[in-house]
Amino acid sequence: MDLLSRYRNVTVLALVIFAQLILLGYQVKSNQDIRLIRVWAVTAVTPIAKLIDTVRGGTVDSVGKYVNLHNLADENKQLGKELGRLKLDNQYLKSELRSADRAVALSAFQARNPSKTLPARVIGLSTAASSRVVFIDRGSMGGVMRGMAVITPDGIVGKVIAAYPTASQVLLLTDPTFAAGVISQQHRVRGTLVGLGQTSKCMVDYIQNEEKVDAGEWFYTTGDDGVFPKGLPVGTVASAQPGQTDKLVYLAPSGLQGGLEEVLVILEGVHQPIPEGQVPSSTVHLQTPPMGESPSTEPGAPVLSTDADRLRQRYQKIGEMGGHTYGQGLPGSKPPDFNLDPDATAARAKAGGTPSPTPASAPPPAATPGSTPPAERPAARPAPTVRPPAGAPKQVPPGAPGQ
Amino acid sequence: MSREHDLSDQILIGSARERGVARFRRWGLIAVPLLAILFQVYVPRYYESLRYLELPLLVTVYFALMRRSQIAGIFIGAAIGLVQDSLSPQPIGVFGLDKTLVGYFAASVGMRIDVEHVLIRFVLAFSLFIFHQSFYWALARAFLGQRVLFDLQHTAILGLLNAAVGISLFHFLDKLKE
Repeated sequence: MDLLSRYRNVTVLALVIFAQLILLGYQVKSNQDIRLIRVWAVTAVTPIAKLIDTVRGGTVDSVGKYVNLHNLADENKQLGKELGRLKLDNQYLKSELRSADRAVALSAFQARNPSKTLPARVIGLSTAASSRVVFIDRGSMGGVMRGMAVITPDGIVGKVIAAYPTASQVLLLTDPTFAAGVISQQHRVRGTLVGLGQTSKCMVDYIQNEEKVDAGEWFYTTGDDGVFPKGLPVGTVASAQPGQTDKLVYLAPSGLQGGLEEVLVILEGVHQPIPEGQVPSSTVHLQTPPMGESPSTEPGAPVLSTDADRLRQRYQKIGEMGGHTYGQGLPGSKPPDFNLDPDATAARAKAGGTPSPTPASAPPPAATPGSTPPAERPAARPAPTVRPPAGAPKQVPPGAPGQ
Repeated sequence: MSREHDLSDQILIGSARERGVARFRRWGLIAVPLLAILFQVYVPRYYESLRYLELPLLVTVYFALMRRSQIAGIFIGAAIGLVQDSLSPQPIGVFGLDKTLVGYFAASVGMRIDVEHVLIRFVLAFSLFIFHQSFYWALARAFLGQRVLFDLQHTAILGLLNAAVGISLFHFLDKLKE
């Protein structure tokens, strides 16, 4: 007993530390919260925070008005111009309109959204600097429950991790302990959204390196996590690069952009389809084919893709024009004229002329009575001359039909 | 020799007057920690950079130093820490344990040296901030299994900033003494 009183300070310290360790150990082990202490603290603090917020709003408004009036008076005194006053008025009205627009947008979104939602205002942050948690001014008395999703018209914001009578604690999607199932819009790649502790960045985990994710692509909630309904926007891909095991996909959360003032708590979520992604533009520039080798446009004609295909077709036409069947001519018989341009010949035939075995590339024959002058003949496009391989007996080039 | 003696006189408590316990107005003992916690809950919403200002810690250090009682330091630290815990998503007790030790150490130092000196206050605020952050990091990793980053350089810079703010805060709080 003397020993205890002699070391009274250390004994008290040991007892307080021990009590808190027991408290902490109990919470960690049983995964349960000491709710009573939190309810007391939150109920004591949030009304003051709300009061400060109201006072701040009023003060800022009053100071703003005073500053505006003061500026107007100065403007009137110094310049005496009506234009200055109108400009200030305009600026003030624009700012008023912006805040009104935000409220209107929220209520319009609320009316449009099939889920049942409850509007709430952010009134404070968590005390732990490493966590991303905010307090909202709606609690269990307003129907808010733990596990409910919190969103804005722009995207998801977080989830309720504790609901107290007058306020609730919302874990933001940027908190390192946050997780939600997400899916990409275009390639339908699934992953798990995790926070990084940074305001403007999140990460999508468990996406394999082989999966395709584009920068700027939207991610939506999958609805698998039991918190967020399917089809809510999460954010756009800021960067995606291969990692050691999984792809490193970073998102810019859309719900937190432009600050966090008013939010919606989803009381009853309704799953929605994920909007169809924009199909990437398939307009590809194709170089026009060389002159005289334009791809066939005849209906039913096979789609030719290589030079060999086109050459084969050309020889086939030449053979048909000359009545030659490849593979049947005896050695020494006359081969077909491979210098003919079958397209030019066909064009002339269509124009009323008779097919002429004259090669297109051959010099024009001398003008004879009755014959068409060269200038009036249909313009035959200069086709590349395909010369058979050297060697007289071998007239049919390799690749020709029947060889 | 006499110069050294003067210096030690300046730093160490030598007289009964200096050993006297600072007394505060009762409302101040409740309102100041509450305001510090409210500051941490409310202000960083508008000024994100002020998130790293640990006013509850500075207030704990100040009251523990001035009360010059280890038991008072323990209870002040524990109370502020537990309220801070209850407003954070983590289990209750992390900040409680942390600030209990801070309160105890601050009071122990306050009993031995003259904590009215600005330099002493700066060094104390800085070193207790570093201790607070390191102990929080250790607790978060060991008990909660969280991957909390601890960058010594970053923490040291924050410690200097907090200590600088602490000097002004302590000066202001001195006016609350009876």
